[in-house]
Amino acid sequence: MSTENKSEYLVEVRHLKEYFPVRTGFLKTIPLKAVDDVSFAIRPGETLGLVGESGCGKTTVGRTLMHLYKPTGGEIYFEGKQVTEKNIGEFRKDMQMVFQDPYSSLDPRMTVEDIIGEPLDVHKLYSSKEERREKVMELMSLVGLNAEHATRYVHEFSGGQRQRIGIARALAVNPKFIVCDEPVSALDVSIQAQVINMFEELQEKLGVAYLFIAHDLLVVHHISDRIAVMYLGRMVEMADADELNENPIHPYTLSLLSAVPVPDPRTAKASQRIILEGDVPSPLNMPSGCAFRTRCRYATEKCAQECPALTDRGNGHMVACWNR
Amino acid sequence: MSEINMPKKNLLSMQIDPAKFEPASEDEKRQADVMSESTSFFRDGMRKLMKNPLAVGSIIALVLIILLILIAPKIVPYGYEEIIKVAGSKDKTITNLAPFAWSEKEQALIASGTKLFPHIMGTDSLGRDYFIRVIYGTRVSLTVGLFASILVLIIGVLYGSISGYRGGRTDMIMMRIVDIIYSLPDVLIIILLSVVLNQTLNKSNPIVKLLGTNMVAIFIVFGLLYWVGMARLVRGEVLKIKNNEYFLAAKATGASSWHIIKTHVIPNCISVIIITTALQIPSSIFTESFLSFMGMGVQAPMPSLGSLANNARAGLQSYPWQLIFPAMMIVIIVLAFNLLGDGLRDAFDPKLRR
Ligand SMILES: Nc1ncnc2c1ncn2[C@@H]1O[C@H](COP(=O)(O)OP(=O)(O)OP(=O)(O)O)[C@@H](O)[C@H]1O
Ligand code: SF4
Ligand SMILES: [Mg+2]
Repeated sequence: MSTENKSEYLVEVRHLKEYFPVRTGFLKTIPLKAVDDVSFAIRPGETLGLVGESGCGKTTVGRTLMHLYKPTGGEIYFEGKQVTEKNIGEFRKDMQMVFQDPYSSLDPRMTVEDIIGEPLDVHKLYSSKEERREKVMELMSLVGLNAEHATRYVHEFSGGQRQRIGIARALAVNPKFIVCDEPVSALDVSIQAQVINMFEELQEKLGVAYLFIAHDLLVVHHISDRIAVMYLGRMVEMADADELNENPIHPYTLSLLSAVPVPDPRTAKASQRIILEGDVPSPLNMPSGCAFRTRCRYATEKCAQECPALTDRGNGHMVACWNR
Repeated sequence: MSEINMPKKNLLSMQIDPAKFEPASEDEKRQADVMSESTSFFRDGMRKLMKNPLAVGSIIALVLIILLILIAPKIVPYGYEEIIKVAGSKDKTITNLAPFAWSEKEQALIASGTKLFPHIMGTDSLGRDYFIRVIYGTRVSLTVGLFASILVLIIGVLYGSISGYRGGRTDMIMMRIVDIIYSLPDVLIIILLSVVLNQTLNKSNPIVKLLGTNMVAIFIVFGLLYWVGMARLVRGEVLKIKNNEYFLAAKATGASSWHIIKTHVIPNCISVIIITTALQIPSSIFTESFLSFMGMGVQAPMPSLGSLANNARAGLQSYPWQLIFPAMMIVIIVLAFNLLGDGLRDAFDPKLRR
């Protein structure tokens, strides 16, 4: 991947690592490898879906990519320029994030106008109060909110409306790239579809690229051009959305796909479900070699000894597995 | 057979197909607009506070006391350190008068038609008007309580917010220091400090002259010891705020630390700070009174409520009102601040909000 032309990509992440120190005793810490050697790249206007079970490190990938956490290792490039602790300020206008929890991601002491206007304040993107208000109103109608509610406090809004406020805040600085951290998982199913449609419409209108995080393959498949699958901090498979769906290779992806609930009894019989055995191992006590081997049907001795690297199986379909 | 008919791709797009959803009509959108009445956090809290009779009563009592200590010295013609002379000469019978009583010479003067200001709370053993002494004592105690609380507020909020905001190792070291200070016995430290300061302080320094070494010692002790509770509380609040995604969202927009502290951290922990300060004032007043009662407070002839109560102990059997008046003042002030603090907590603490 890194041999390809850099400038083709808007965002490039190479060997990203994020280890959290976990206190185990007085003055004794061990690293929790929340993200371990993750690489991917996103083209302008493209959507990369990122899926995996709860706790596999998806949020951490997004936050580390945004430099909200200091990366333990690895490099991040934006438009070919390396993003570091020092120069992150230059990129804040181009990279934004929509957060997972629509309740805690909005300050309860602020009005909608001030929340959406905050990025405008920080980057001084207006010359008068009227201009600020106008911009906020514009953003509100862009995400389908009633602009008359600009002076209200967030506790008066529903989950879906709150998530729209969060999206408007991310869009305020006109970014080229947005990390969407499970933006719909806290919402009702019917509202999920509305919000996802809105993400798609916004992408068409504004040409923004997404890293779209979800634990639900259904949601991700609908919106993504490509999908990456994570397990315990590592990436195990990455391919075009349709390719991944029609031709999944990694045993973990197979089990995720078979876990998709099927409402039609005809197909329910037809597709045999692969039930995942056992629990996710603790990220503090990871199995040696391939992290998935404790639950894998195809596991062999080699899997315990060495960790498989992502290899290209043709057409950019990357898989990290010894036996498939 | 169904296996062949079903396109495999359907597996992923069967449950929610956004294409099947229609955009909501204007009418349906309006239904979603029906929301609760808009109220700000502050107005909502004030309304609740005003509905609490105990808190309102406390506010009234405190306002009355403050008006009293501001106005009374202008009306009462006696000074707090003035030994009353009647018609220019000393009067032996003017000591330890009961409330509203007159000395013999005063009675003679009144009989001759002169108007005199009554001794509302009587006089003390030196023949000083007790009412004005209690008023000045209240002034001193309130001022000490207020300033000590402000000292605690400033140091505690700064220390706690830095510790919580920086986090990590800085936080751990700063909190261990707090733990150590927390375990020091405060009364012992005050006694030691006032002894040491008595020897070392420059007595000609105007501040020391005005307050006396004991008072300076009390302030130093408050500044050194009593802020830790506030610091812990503020740190806890800051940590909680840091856990919210709006904190990260502000960071993601590129806001500076100062901007984040100003617009997110302080507004979200201000209610806790106000409540704690309101509860800190009576505890400071009580500590000051306690120290003065032990003879380590303000220097004579300047009275404080605690030293007045202490002086009254000697004649407790014969002149009990000399203890009752300052003691009542302490009780009213401490109770009023405590009830007000409780009322503020009920009205503003986010944890108690529905
Ligand atoms: N600040 C932190 N300090 C220590 N450990 C953390 C921290 N943040 C996350 N972790 C740990 O890192 C791992 C990955 O967490 P992360 O939040 O990235 O998962 P996730 O895939 O987003 O899960 P979810 O679907 O529940 O949001 C978890 O084991 C979590 O406990
Ligand atoms: S490497 Fe081995 S254990 Fe890991 S997924 Fe492949 S077969 Fe399973
Ligand atoms: Mg997450």
